[in-house]
Amino acid sequence: MQASTVNIDFFVILATLLFVIGAFGVMIRRNMIVLLMCIELMLNSVNLLLVAFSTYYGNADAQIFVFFIVVVAAAEATVGLSILILAYRHLRSIDVSIFNKLKG
Amino acid sequence: MIATLITQLLGALAVASAMMVVLSKHPVRSVLYLVVTFFFISGLYIMMNAQFLAIVNIIVYAGAIMVLFLFVLMLLNLNKDAEPKTPTIIWIISTVAGGILFLVIIAALKDIVLVSSKGDMAELSNIGLVENLGTTLFTKFVVPFEISSILFISAMVGAILLAKRDKQVID
Repeated sequence: MQASTVNIDFFVILATLLFVIGAFGVMIRRNMIVLLMCIELMLNSVNLLLVAFSTYYGNADAQIFVFFIVVVAAAEATVGLSILILAYRHLRSIDVSIFNKLKG
Repeated sequence: MIATLITQLLGALAVASAMMVVLSKHPVRSVLYLVVTFFFISGLYIMMNAQFLAIVNIIVYAGAIMVLFLFVLMLLNLNKDAEPKTPTIIWIISTVAGGILFLVIIAALKDIVLVSSKGDMAELSNIGLVENLGTTLFTKFVVPFEISSILFISAMVGAILLAKRDKQVID
């Protein structure tokens, strides 16, 4: 495998950009499924930065952490989507601005 | 150097497809662009010689989680008309807030001094290969690995319990 000589700063900026795009999506979108997808995007940006630093320092622990983040993301997506289906069955909509019953 | 160019190209394409996830109006297109983003991120993992994680990312994220999202989208039968509209003021506020968040994180990380024994990413070790990661996972991280199986079982039971109808009469 050809070695990559990209500086670590490139990965810091790239991961920050992906994280900000995910946060931006959470702010502007109202569709609940797209909101969950934006959260997955933010998790992936953190994974990218962990792998970059793992390669940079030559330490395998961060890549195991990425593995566990993938595991937790799978569990989170399962439970989140089943809650979404339940909410859709009650309200016939996936607009998050309708889900304001807990608002005081 | 060609590898540097490929890495930068993959990063730019990942950012572009991530923007398309957020900006495309159709939810199915968002899912498909997110799958494309995950493929580009897997390409970046391969360029960093983390081959196990590249494959896991494709199998678990693009293969399992995104198909689950697509399945729910098809199940709810949502089309473009059901897509909620966002007010213009929210767009302006979100753009400003996102830009400020990016600037704050970059400004905070600008002056950090990284101390590495390697010094550069030029020489890549083989830490990302299956053999090395498996040894680490089953020696140092074996207890979290077992706990993650409990997490999976509870997630599975929770999902079934939530999605089940309240009163199910079996004739």
